[in-house]
Amino acid sequence: MADGIVAVTEQREGKFRKVSYEVVSEGRRLADARGAKLTAVVMGSGVQGLASELAAYGADRVLVLDDPALADFRVEAYTEALAQALAADPPAVILFGATVQGKDLAARYAARLDAGLAMDCTAIDIRDGDLVFTRPMFGGKILAEVKIAGLPQIAAVRPNVMRIERQPRQAAVEAPALSLGAVPTAVVEKRMDTSGRVELTEADIIVSGGRGTGGNFAPIEELAAALGAAVGASRSAVDEGWRKHSDQVGQTGKVVSPTLYIACGISGAIQHLAGMSSSKVIVAINKDPEAPIFSKADYGVVGDMFQILPKLTEAVKALKG
Amino acid sequence: MNVVVLVKQVPDTESLVQIAADGVSIRKEDVKWVMNPYDELAVEEALRIREAKGGTVTVVSLGGARVQETIRTALAMGADKGVHIQDPAAEGGDALATARILAAALKSIPFDLILCGQRGVDEDNGQVGPAVAERLGIPHLALVVKLELLDGRVRGHRLVEGGTVVVEAPLPALITTQRGLNEPRYASLPGIMKAKKKPLEVKTLADLGVDPATVGAAGRKILVQALKLPPTRKAVRMISGETPEAVAAELVRVLHEEARLI
Repeated sequence: MADGIVAVTEQREGKFRKVSYEVVSEGRRLADARGAKLTAVVMGSGVQGLASELAAYGADRVLVLDDPALADFRVEAYTEALAQALAADPPAVILFGATVQGKDLAARYAARLDAGLAMDCTAIDIRDGDLVFTRPMFGGKILAEVKIAGLPQIAAVRPNVMRIERQPRQAAVEAPALSLGAVPTAVVEKRMDTSGRVELTEADIIVSGGRGTGGNFAPIEELAAALGAAVGASRSAVDEGWRKHSDQVGQTGKVVSPTLYIACGISGAIQHLAGMSSSKVIVAINKDPEAPIFSKADYGVVGDMFQILPKLTEAVKALKG
Repeated sequence: MNVVVLVKQVPDTESLVQIAADGVSIRKEDVKWVMNPYDELAVEEALRIREAKGGTVTVVSLGGARVQETIRTALAMGADKGVHIQDPAAEGGDALATARILAAALKSIPFDLILCGQRGVDEDNGQVGPAVAERLGIPHLALVVKLELLDGRVRGHRLVEGGTVVVEAPLPALITTQRGLNEPRYASLPGIMKAKKKPLEVKTLADLGVDPATVGAAGRKILVQALKLPPTRKAVRMISGETPEAVAAELVRVLHEEARLI
């Protein structure tokens, strides 16, 4: 199967992350275009039960890499498991989700194979039979179209970009034997946010605040709650200590691609614009009609966010009934 | 404790990035070059480790002549010595090639710990750290926001989506640094003066035993076909109204009825 396509999925606590359906759907599209077979890979401990779910998104075969050593994500063990499982039948293309885990694994695995890796792709096209990967650089200021020399060609696809498509089929489920040996690293603690907040990179809607908040994010939090949105922040809001680093959107923070991005009190520094310009629709609310954010926005409101946001929250609540 | 920091010189994030006439690279003129912001965190952390445990901090960077400014910046912050890998055949390489060269350089530099930024803010790859660790056969912890040194081990608090995971690795190990780890110090004037006298070794691919055919532009596996600017948006549509209520109502109407987003 030197022409095979592999989609490596990601699960947490026995549930697939959304990007998993995105990589399998994208893998199906590539497999159809090239007349190839699609293999989806599930990794973890006690994850056999998850295999059938991936057949619904078009996998011809599901490889279940199930081992107690894979219970927690440890990149050395995951790299070794993937290398063992794919060695017998080397694929032509391997897709990962460009999450924290997926990027880490893709980078180490690609180095193991000395194979080219297109990180954080937003599109994969086929031109004259060759795969062309589009990947933002400089936080989105530039889009690079790249080909990869040699096989396999590895890509990590940005979450929230590839279309999910259900395409049920019969999939063969295989669980190859693994021999992982001693893993040098150990996960000693996990502190996960259990508030059910949406993660920025996976959010459909983001409400973001900047210097114009003056440190008061309450109206932003309330609008985000009404919309089921995640809360982001500009670099200056983070530098002021108003928000955590993990909330920062921009070239030195997270690059996000939601369907709706609402920027409140954010002037629009280049490095912030870079991190959110791939959002589908951008709304800017700012006091200053000359703020650069308006040049990147689809809809703009000139006004005081502290007056407008509460009314916006009320209107959203009224709409949602 | 011997700490090696891998640093990269990148265009300042506040600068405009322009596509060069060849269509496959960026304009190098009129660019303000700085140390990759994530690598500043790595230098700072290395200095703090040395202050607590003793040892040396060696800074390694790959690139043309101007990269020495970035190495000097790290020396001015307080690093002990620099290694500059400079070779025309190494220019224009991709992440794999860079990792191959850096890993080769690390064969002749003693280290207990390697630190580098989680990604360069130019190409946004995030591959070099993990790839160097893989080539050296040592564990790595990515995206670390808190680092603790234990006896023969390192404990890294890694930022993942929706939380923090604490992972321990035996030394030697490689750590990639994430914002939140520390606040990098500025180089002081005496630091800048002292940096001029600190050792800065220049090495070529031949010195490192790297085959030029496997690196640089010749060894690229990532073949850039074109660089493009992101698609421009239509002109902004301003929403206005007599009162905040009216503005809010109109914005919600547009997002609901026209854009169909809420």
